[in-house]
Amino acid sequence: MILWLALTVGVTIAAGTYLALSRDVFRCVIGLSLMGAGVNLALFASGRIGSAQPAVVALGETALGEAANALPQALVLTAIVIGFALLCFALALVLRLVQRAGTDDALALRQAEPHPDDPVKPPVADPRHEPLHPPSAPDALETLR
Amino acid sequence: MSALAASPVLVPLATAAVTALAARHPRLQAALSGLGGVLLLLCALALVDQAHGAATLATAFGDWAAPFGIEFRIDRTGASLLLISALMGVATLLFLASDADTAPQPPLLLPLVHGLLAGVGGAFATADLFNLYVWFEVMLMGALGLFVLGGRTDQLDAAFKYLVLNLMGTLLLLFAVGMVYAATGHLNYEALAAAAGALPPALGTLLVGALLLAFLVKAGAFPLFAWLPASYHTLPAPVLALFAGLLTKVGVYAVLRTTGDVFADATGPLLREALGWIAAATMLLGVLGAAYHWDMRRILAFHIISQIGYILLAIALGGDAGHAATLFYTLHHIVVKANLFLIAALIWRATGSYDLRRIGGLYEARPALALLFLVPALSLVGIPPLSGFWAKLLVLQEALAQERFAWVAIALAVSVLTLYSMMKIWMQAFWKPHPDAAWRPQPGARVAAAWVVTLALAAITLAIGLNPQALIGFAEAAAQELGGAR
Repeated sequence: MILWLALTVGVTIAAGTYLALSRDVFRCVIGLSLMGAGVNLALFASGRIGSAQPAVVALGETALGEAANALPQALVLTAIVIGFALLCFALALVLRLVQRAGTDDALALRQAEPHPDDPVKPPVADPRHEPLHPPSAPDALETLR
Repeated sequence: MSALAASPVLVPLATAAVTALAARHPRLQAALSGLGGVLLLLCALALVDQAHGAATLATAFGDWAAPFGIEFRIDRTGASLLLISALMGVATLLFLASDADTAPQPPLLLPLVHGLLAGVGGAFATADLFNLYVWFEVMLMGALGLFVLGGRTDQLDAAFKYLVLNLMGTLLLLFAVGMVYAATGHLNYEALAAAAGALPPALGTLLVGALLLAFLVKAGAFPLFAWLPASYHTLPAPVLALFAGLLTKVGVYAVLRTTGDVFADATGPLLREALGWIAAATMLLGVLGAAYHWDMRRILAFHIISQIGYILLAIALGGDAGHAATLFYTLHHIVVKANLFLIAALIWRATGSYDLRRIGGLYEARPALALLFLVPALSLVGIPPLSGFWAKLLVLQEALAQERFAWVAIALAVSVLTLYSMMKIWMQAFWKPHPDAAWRPQPGARVAAAWVVTLALAAITLAIGLNPQALIGFAEAAAQELGGAR
């Protein structure tokens, strides 16, 4: 049983890594969420499969019947909630990014980074990607002259 | 259960909630956020006082006793880092009141800043490995929100790169935490420290190695720092200063906690050697990146990486002296780095560009700004009597004592290169004449609050530099608490 689970974790993380290495940004996000699922499964298995090592034991008892270790389940639940929120955010972010930039190719998304073909090294930032400097007050300059 | 031990999380979370509720009333929101910042600072001061004087403050949530419940435990290391992050929070909030950075301030900005501070506070306060992962995620979400708030395409692009590479780091951390639990059956720091010695050496090295890899992604160490220079420069200046000061340092703190405290018994010479060489490569590549660039924000972002290398070197050296140097260096570096970014914003406000090729002549127009810039810049390089000198001295002294001459040579060479790139900013922005002869600095900017913040941070740098023994003594006491106390 634990071997099958380990194999599943391995295959899921491998598939996630393959997708995350893709140039398509949507695939990249899906790949990350698959990797997250694989890691969650591994976390789940960290308490062992079946009824061993219960986290909470009643007074005077040494084991809690047939219960499995409840702690990793709580951990996985937390991780799933966080992972789901991040996946939703990432999908919304990527959607907006693709709409704005007009491409879903990770190699073409270089708005934040200088373009490699730029003749000036290091390239001067595109003014559209810079904070807006307030225009200098013209009257002040005029009075100086 | 003591409420004070939980305050590093409770205060910023409550402030984030009320500022989000007051989103429609900008003045009320700013007042509430300032109040929350000051309250956090006062709580942090009380925590440092408590940690330095009396016993370590601890609280377990839900009345579950320590090894089972989630525990917050604040020792000297945690308390001093909490104080400095609260200070950075207040500095950022005050800087936002000036118009040194003219980016629009959307209503969600202040709640997100406080959410970020809650994540940082939680990471410094917690004594539970899984809880640490949760606070890293809180920080990640706050940071992503702050990236996309401006809505420019390059900010979205930067947020995507930040998200992908940091998510890899968090997934690795989650996996490592799971494996640590599987091997030891514990998540509490103290219980882990007791169990770490009993681990088989190979397994211990593997587990600590996996944890370190995840934390090194977060700290921005070689070769895992690609996310940092790809994204930081798109942030508005005050938020950028907060990120630069705090976020990578949480990763560094986690490395210190792992190798120096929790898994001190499972961290073998192999891991220390590897960490030392990673630190050396981080210093060198960071400073080379800084030497190449001409955009002030990019130069300073690469300097974050380079300085992380020095801190990691101190951790790799280990021992009480190494840990004290780590804490001293981290505290000094947070103040200096944030101040440099804020001063870069003041330069931008006066000249209209962050690119050194397009600006100049500021020494003539703004001599006070030129002098102010020199304080953190020379402190970063390590010129006596500024704080950076003592920080580097502590690290190099310990490296010499352990006869690590290769690391000492690299660290000294990197200092020279740091001096080169700081002088590049000074020569280009202040000393050379402006490329446009008719240029005059723009009048009418309301930057009084920004001046107060940058002067105060420079004063802290000077105060540490002129009286280093107070902080060194504190750092040595903090180092003895780590690892040695158990």
